[in-house]
Amino acid sequence: MMNFNFNISELIFVMPELFLLAAISSILLFDLYIKEQFKKFTYHLSQLALLITGLLAFNLIGESATIFSGTFVLDTLGSTFKVFIAGFSIIALVYSRHYLSVHGLLRNEYYILALMSILGMLVMVSGHSLLTLYLGLEIMSLSLYALIATARDRAFAIEAALKYFVLGAIASGLLLYGMSMIYGITGNLDIAQIASFASLVTLEPQETLILNFGLVFLVIGVAFKLGAVPFHMWVPDVYQGSPTSVTMFLSTVPKIAAVALLVRLLIDGLSDFQHYWADLFMILAVLSIAVGSLVALTQVNIKRMLAYSTISHIGFVLLGFVTGVLEGYGSAIFYVFVYILMSLAAFGSIIVLNRSGFEADQISDFRGLSKHSPWFALIMLAVMLSMAGVPPFIGFYSKLFILQQVVSEGYVILAVIAVIFAVISAYYYLQIIKTMYFDDADKEIVISAPLDLKAVLSINGALILIIGLIPSYWMNLSVSLF
Amino acid sequence: MDSLLSILIWLPIIGGSSVLLIGNERSLIAKWISVGISILVFILSINLFLDFDTSTSAMQFVEKTSWISQFNIFYHLGVDGISMPLIILTTFSTILVIIAGWEVIQNRVADYMAAFLIMEGIIIGVFSAMDSMLYYVFWEAALIPMLLIIGVWGGQNRVYAAIKFFLYTFLGSVFMLVSLIYMYNLGDSFAISDMHSLPLTLAQQSWIFWAFFLAFAVKVPMFPVHTWLPDAHVQAPTGGSVILAAIMLKMGGYGFFRFSLPITPDASSYFAFVVIVLSLIAIVYIGFVALVQKDMKKLIAYSSISHMGFVTLGVFALFSIMKMDSSGELLSIAGASIESAYLGLEGAMIQMVSHGFISAAMFLVVGVLYDRLHSREISTYGGVVNSMPKFTGFAVLFAMANAGLPGTSGFVGEFMVILGALQANFWYAFLAAMTLIVGAAYTLWMVKRVFWGAVNNPEVSTLSDINAREFGILAILAAAVLWLGVYPQPVIEAMHVSIANLLEQALTTKIPGIL
Repeated sequence: MMNFNFNISELIFVMPELFLLAAISSILLFDLYIKEQFKKFTYHLSQLALLITGLLAFNLIGESATIFSGTFVLDTLGSTFKVFIAGFSIIALVYSRHYLSVHGLLRNEYYILALMSILGMLVMVSGHSLLTLYLGLEIMSLSLYALIATARDRAFAIEAALKYFVLGAIASGLLLYGMSMIYGITGNLDIAQIASFASLVTLEPQETLILNFGLVFLVIGVAFKLGAVPFHMWVPDVYQGSPTSVTMFLSTVPKIAAVALLVRLLIDGLSDFQHYWADLFMILAVLSIAVGSLVALTQVNIKRMLAYSTISHIGFVLLGFVTGVLEGYGSAIFYVFVYILMSLAAFGSIIVLNRSGFEADQISDFRGLSKHSPWFALIMLAVMLSMAGVPPFIGFYSKLFILQQVVSEGYVILAVIAVIFAVISAYYYLQIIKTMYFDDADKEIVISAPLDLKAVLSINGALILIIGLIPSYWMNLSVSLF
Repeated sequence: MDSLLSILIWLPIIGGSSVLLIGNERSLIAKWISVGISILVFILSINLFLDFDTSTSAMQFVEKTSWISQFNIFYHLGVDGISMPLIILTTFSTILVIIAGWEVIQNRVADYMAAFLIMEGIIIGVFSAMDSMLYYVFWEAALIPMLLIIGVWGGQNRVYAAIKFFLYTFLGSVFMLVSLIYMYNLGDSFAISDMHSLPLTLAQQSWIFWAFFLAFAVKVPMFPVHTWLPDAHVQAPTGGSVILAAIMLKMGGYGFFRFSLPITPDASSYFAFVVIVLSLIAIVYIGFVALVQKDMKKLIAYSSISHMGFVTLGVFALFSIMKMDSSGELLSIAGASIESAYLGLEGAMIQMVSHGFISAAMFLVVGVLYDRLHSREISTYGGVVNSMPKFTGFAVLFAMANAGLPGTSGFVGEFMVILGALQANFWYAFLAAMTLIVGAAYTLWMVKRVFWGAVNNPEVSTLSDINAREFGILAILAAAVLWLGVYPQPVIEAMHVSIANLLEQALTTKIPGIL
């Protein structure tokens, strides 16, 4: 009886997940039985569910507990991540709806699947056992595969879904293999137990070897999910093939979950092996920044270009983890949040150009935008400069923070390499600006986006400048998570 | 006014943003508001000069509030005798370009005016920032409006020029960013004054020196990283060229004064010879390059590079004139007088201000011709004096100033630098003085081919002389050129104490152990 009571009180700490699960189930049923003319409310209900989930998570900030026999952890990092996941997802869904409706893809399963993948992310963020982490990862990934395939009459989308599925399955397999090694040597799935095993000074050389062996596969699994070079092959094809709204979703919110996976496995679990995984990350980071910057130069499809740009941003995030100090991890988290904010605005600006029968996905579709729609051109200008790391936009501060941490840990050469590639990558961001401002439009640009999309995109764009002028709060917040 | 500098920075930025909102359809309102804001900012900036205390090298009009607490970064503004003249030069030039674009710019007028106003605020920020990260933010942000000005309102090949301009300067400055971060990690402060007093070994100083050098040399621009400038100038609209030459290049020169000399004094002294050689190459070789140009704007662009060579020469000649002995006494090398070190540095400052006036005037002169015949080729013209006598009067005056005629501002700065350099080394002065010949050659030859001689082109004879607006702008500039040429004393007085302080900083070693 005691035990049962205890469990009931523990449920408070999983309120966001429980609520979201209940909401998904009800929305699914609602959508099944409701009349055709009320179907549009599924969208509003989904947004409401996300909003409440975010508020519930926000309410839990400051609480910390490890529950369900150590398989689920609640800490400030987890709750804050959940708030950001819910918040960014709300923005992403606002942008998505316009795209889906003009291209006839608006089916309500879309929202259900998106919510389902968000549920997976929430579980991942709080996973405190190899099992929970893997469970969350699979809930997220399977929903995402299906999400891409919702555009079932587009060959590219099916190809992207299949590619993502096959490569994602390989990544999951590698991750599982690493987990089995870790489990085999530690005899535990619990992250805390693994951590205490790894910190033993009496580790046999063989035990260290096997832990290291497992560690490499964990790093590969995480790198796959983040899309770091050389595990990035799926990124450009999936980004290009998926419907733009799904690309936007893929490139933003799941990155938070992937970083959470990294934090739980490597920082919470194997921080005693930090110098091993930091070396691996250093290679991944430099390769990602280099490949992401160089290959993006030749792209004409803006989604593909943004895919490579994402790869190079992920390189910067990994640099933050290379430092091995808490502030450095904080800088990486800050970079992820900033990257998502910029990425949402970039994809939002692409979606705003979409209209019935017109799929905007080429860089040339932006031609002359500054004349037809100065405001959205200005937003895209801010986003591109921010991604290039030009002050006063927010992207500069995230790079500054990472570089400061990298230099303070003595990796000046890494910082120099990073800034050189930042200059190279500035070239392709400038190409977008050139297309919008210096070229004349060769075809009519009609903005048919609804008001809510325009308003949210405007706020999103403004934040890129405003947080750039007063970044202090967000930097402190990111560092305080550790 | 306690927040004068903040007003000078944010009034044009906010004003420019509201001009943006007025929109291109209501261009007349946008123009009047822009000119109103720019004049207001100029009048406010005069207060900097009037209330300036010339007896101290300490920062004045200081404002300081915490900005990014994570890194101890402050919103910290202030001016001394080195930055104050440059701020007034900025506010002055902005009025000119806004009026100069009055009728010429027909396309997206409000955007054009807004870009210049926003850039004015940002550049004032560059000159008044006392925190190196605040400085860097303004420094990079200044690229954005200039990129758009060249790219949107530029000539045929504007896209190439705009992107080249941006990438060149961006590449130069990211290394500065890394070295600023490096020094932050040593001294736990981004404040420029803390960096001034940060002990650094010669090896550290050398790396930092070259990182700074790359950033500032690209901006000045010095040989051999000058190649973006002719492209940018030729393609930019007249207003863009004026701001680029009159102010943006000064950001590089200012960087040497504010960062290189005080932060890396030993490395500056160690590598001074390299910088001097590059400056002399710029002065002489680029002067010859200017001689063979067919395009007037390109000619003036090369002449700018050549004249900016005097700035870097004047700054770095210092290390061949003076040194400091172990007891902290300033000693002269090889019988030079202490005054000659001042001559070099103050001459460099005067040269920056004077070049701001003269290059602005020269680009406006070309702009006047270009507006009428849409050609920058020297060969299109000839005998312009016949149809445009008033205009020719101004043009010849500015050409003389560009050639360094005594009585104009061009003479003062160059002569001071040459005198200073003479104390350092006869050959420095000899080569630098070559410019008086080469400069006169390319400038006067251009004047001869454009303004005098027979009218080859029938269109030239139909040219109308300058209108009241153009006359006003050129007359103001002519007055400025002559005033600085005849009576530079107020400017020299304003900067003298700050220069003395800088001189001491530049000659005090920062190497731990010797310190």
